[in-house]
Amino acid sequence: MNKEWQPRLVAFFCNWCTYTAADLAGVSRLKYAPNVRVIRVMCSGRVDPQFILDALAKGADGVLVGGCHPGDCHYVEGNYKMLRRYHLLKRMLKDMGIEEQRVRLEWISAAEGHKVRQVVNEMTEQLRALGPLGLPQKFEEWDREVERLAADVHAREAADAAAACAGRTSAEEVTHA
Amino acid sequence: MKYGYFPGCSLKGTGRAYEESLLPVLRHLGVELVELEDWNCCGATAYMAVDEGKACALAARNLALAERGGFQQLMAPCSACYLVLNKTQHYLDESPAMRRKVEGALGTVSLKLSRQTPVRHPLDVLLHDVGVEAIRQKVTRPLSGLRVAPYYGCQVVRPYATFDDQANPTSMDQLLKALGAEVVDWPLKTKCCGGSLTGTLPVAGLRLAYLLLKEAKKRGADAIATVCPLCQFNLDAYHDKIAARWEPVRLPTVYFTQLMGLAFGMPAHTLGLQRGFVPLELPAPTAA
Amino acid sequence: MANGNGNNRTSPERRPRIGFYVCHCGVNIAGTVDCAEVARYVGTLPGVVLSRDYKYMCSDPGQELIQKDIAEYKLERVVVASCSPLLHEHTFRTAVEKGGLNPFFFHMVNIREHNSWVHTDRAEATAKARDLARAAIERVARHKPLETKRVPIKPVTLIVGGGIAGIHAALTLANAGKQVILVEREPTIGGHMAKFDKTFPTLDCAACILTPKMSAVGAHPNIRLLTYSEVVKVDGFVGNYKVTIRRKPRYIDEEKCVGCQDCISACVFKQPKFTDEFNEGLGKRKPVYIPFPQATPQVVAIDSNVCLNFRNGPDGSRVVSDKCKKTCVEACGDRNAIDFTQKERFEEIEVGTIIVATGFQAFDAKRLPAYGYGRYPNVFTALEVERMVNASGPTGGHVVLRDGKTEPKTVGIIHCVGSRDKKTNRWCSRVCCMYSMKLAHLIKEHTHAEVYNFYIDIRTPGKGYEEFYNQLLDEGVHFVRGRVGEVTDWAITPEEEGKLVIRVEDTLAGVVRRIPVDMVVLATGLEPRSDAQEVRRLFNMSCGSEGFFLERHPKLAPVSTFNDGVYIAGACQGPKDIPDTVAQAGAAAAEALSLIDKGYVEQEPNTAFVLEDECSGCKSCIPLCPYSAIQFDDARGKAVINEALCKGCGTCVGSCPSGSIVQNLFDDEEIFSEIEGVLAYE
Repeated sequence: MNKEWQPRLVAFFCNWCTYTAADLAGVSRLKYAPNVRVIRVMCSGRVDPQFILDALAKGADGVLVGGCHPGDCHYVEGNYKMLRRYHLLKRMLKDMGIEEQRVRLEWISAAEGHKVRQVVNEMTEQLRALGPLGLPQKFEEWDREVERLAADVHAREAADAAAACAGRTSAEEVTHA
Repeated sequence: MKYGYFPGCSLKGTGRAYEESLLPVLRHLGVELVELEDWNCCGATAYMAVDEGKACALAARNLALAERGGFQQLMAPCSACYLVLNKTQHYLDESPAMRRKVEGALGTVSLKLSRQTPVRHPLDVLLHDVGVEAIRQKVTRPLSGLRVAPYYGCQVVRPYATFDDQANPTSMDQLLKALGAEVVDWPLKTKCCGGSLTGTLPVAGLRLAYLLLKEAKKRGADAIATVCPLCQFNLDAYHDKIAARWEPVRLPTVYFTQLMGLAFGMPAHTLGLQRGFVPLELPAPTAA
Repeated sequence: MANGNGNNRTSPERRPRIGFYVCHCGVNIAGTVDCAEVARYVGTLPGVVLSRDYKYMCSDPGQELIQKDIAEYKLERVVVASCSPLLHEHTFRTAVEKGGLNPFFFHMVNIREHNSWVHTDRAEATAKARDLARAAIERVARHKPLETKRVPIKPVTLIVGGGIAGIHAALTLANAGKQVILVEREPTIGGHMAKFDKTFPTLDCAACILTPKMSAVGAHPNIRLLTYSEVVKVDGFVGNYKVTIRRKPRYIDEEKCVGCQDCISACVFKQPKFTDEFNEGLGKRKPVYIPFPQATPQVVAIDSNVCLNFRNGPDGSRVVSDKCKKTCVEACGDRNAIDFTQKERFEEIEVGTIIVATGFQAFDAKRLPAYGYGRYPNVFTALEVERMVNASGPTGGHVVLRDGKTEPKTVGIIHCVGSRDKKTNRWCSRVCCMYSMKLAHLIKEHTHAEVYNFYIDIRTPGKGYEEFYNQLLDEGVHFVRGRVGEVTDWAITPEEEGKLVIRVEDTLAGVVRRIPVDMVVLATGLEPRSDAQEVRRLFNMSCGSEGFFLERHPKLAPVSTFNDGVYIAGACQGPKDIPDTVAQAGAAAAEALSLIDKGYVEQEPNTAFVLEDECSGCKSCIPLCPYSAIQFDDARGKAVINEALCKGCGTCVGSCPSGSIVQNLFDDEEIFSEIEGVLAYE
């Protein structure tokens, strides 16, 4: 693989529509960006927002969730449940300063192999333009920063304590005088 | 309703009667046309075949002018202009390379193309923005008894059937009916008028015009109504040559806007009707 | 960059012994993915005691290899990286089970459909295969032993659509002693085939081969025939579907009507004057009618839209007015079969399997104005001509122009109307070449007319089809290669006067031709029915981009759908001729039969359960379940999932605020490990 940075895209595809669409894209030999890693779930309704957050935290630059079109869910309405969570999660992500394009929900039916290609390519390019999210590195950086701050605080406290101690001595000296 | 107006060369030259009838008729219907400032040739010549890039840039300059003028829509009454401007937009949409090239060229004269300005034909505007009913209400002198063959020509419905069917357009039919005219149904509505050939292969071009006129006459038309200055000229100007080679098929070919003007009660000479070679004769008004 | 970035791998206390296999699939995978490298890499992962690459894992030797290795290397988990799990997961689970392990101690990695077939760069594809494999290794280490659940199959099959496909499937199942419910929207079964006169290429009479099958359906003790009825709701899953059927009022008691048709002769309308749908509008019928003589069931129907005994109600629907003299009721006499009080009824049935055979609709020729259908009276559709050549049709078997009497002297048949065309439908409708030639033969036989076929390509890939084409060439039918530009009444020469002129570029002669004819026949293509999308939703199926129902696999599961227990047959799946339709109907019946005879379906054990200790009793999961599988145990203040009702979507699992619901096969730990696995690459 070339050395330059490549976006990492984790996808959760529902078994019945989007995973099958990705299979169809394969059977049809449609070519798309190799940056996506698909994890199969039975229904987009199974996608816990924690999965998305966890993927980002572990180094994904973006997360794609694929489900059946509204009205077509194999389990009646799991995709609607995902949609609700998705909107809530989007708000949270915004507050966390994570760009909107990094998490996307798409309805892709079993017949829409071309849409898998289109969405994966689009997202890969968007993520490439956004650059790395790099949460694991940031976590480390933050950890170091916290440690640094802690060390600073510790040092300052030690200094203060020393100063206070010295002050007391001098004060004592004054009173003694 | 306000539209940018791209007259093109024909409406200022051989097709002057089209402009002379179009402007008062649209004004009468409350449609405001504002002529583009400093418009140039649409490029409907052999240019496209010689140099696509330059031809596109030429046409695109007019689109950019429309954008600069703040027009939401641009009206191009000449079929050739209408087609070329539409075609240019399609080219720019489909080919990012072409768009870069054209935008670069326009940039050197501080013009830009940042949005789509729909290019509309007056027939489309009249039918879909003004509406047949509004037109019918303005008719004061119905064209009763006048049998008109609607002739659309090749370029308004092909290849982009944006507002009517490609094989059997009917928008002008509806319009003419609203004017009180009798519409002659014929299968040659979109056949070639021969216009592009009269200069290069005169016999072939004339034959096409002859066949059209002959068929319209055979089906009992008193006149042909057209939407294109090239068709109008071609069907109107060569009657002597046609008669010499085949047979006389004298039949007036007029702009649909001229018929609208007449039906709205406007005097014939204000509609450029005196410019035609074969004069249009209206049937005597029947006692209403 | 290998800095480990906080990899807090939550390894199970003791890693099970994992065996890994990567399949070459010939060159399908190995052509793009470096399989040996993937095997080498996975061999270095913790817990992997064996890692192999092999040419064809799904082959018998491949499966035996797994079994042998389980014993030899004491494997406790198996991962295979090959094609889509939708294709071969079952194969490998079975192999693992035969090797002595729980079949769910297995996980599959899709490196063909999702990798080698969609990527081109070998290095990138190989890296992706490594990532996916690593995720699977992480996941499988956490798999738990599971048992599949057996659900009994209700031994009744619902067949939707009473065309030749539905008829054949119904008889196949019924003859095997199974119960069948056949639902048909029209007043009679028979479908499109009942309208045909002859069938290609043998030219045997359609009615002669179809009507015995129709009567057999009507008389079969194992078939319940519900005509003039539609499926409106489908609930449940394979083995146990609850289906609601709307039974439209035909104003006739089907039990009492004997099909004597006395009511039809007695109707106050002395002459038939309403459009006869069965005859493609070429004929007329009365308000009380039987679609055609061999209709099944032999029961009349009353069309309330035109019957004088009805009027428009306030909501636009037709209500009984009792204004008619009701001579029909009089004629029916003691039989008392006419019942104007009939109302629409809904009936609920329970079935185990469903065969959808809803057929096609013919392309609407008016969508191509250049061919003049609807504008020029003597332009006909092929179905209209089918009715005309039929001896029991509206013209008594005479092919005549729209005036009803003149026989055409020249006929032009235009192929590919609404087929193979970017502007309409892109697909080849498969049957038009053959039926056009059949009609050419029949028209020539009936009228001795000169017949021209205008074609793009002649497609005759069937038994005896090419021979039929040659026979037509011998008979002197003309074939002109070229897509017709237009049909016009514009005459240029005296011979063209009063004729329809077909303008076509003859691509063999290299000239544009004008061919004057008396009659034009449009060989309209086949397209999905206009309500195919609604039907698809009803049965939870998928449609291809063109709108035909999608089979589970184009080659290996051509009559199955993505909804288990729902099968498709006939032209609703794609254009096809009668032999193929019948073959498919038989296949669908066999699929249903194999399920019924097995008696049960094995369900994926991917159901959810509640960890009672952790459930806070918040009840937020309860309304999420579309199957009402979650109950609240008031006494203990906990949610409880009824495993028998749970379908395994996992929606409640994803929503539980306390994380106390677990889905088998897809539990949080497994998915988190998979996420970590795919991302742990450096």
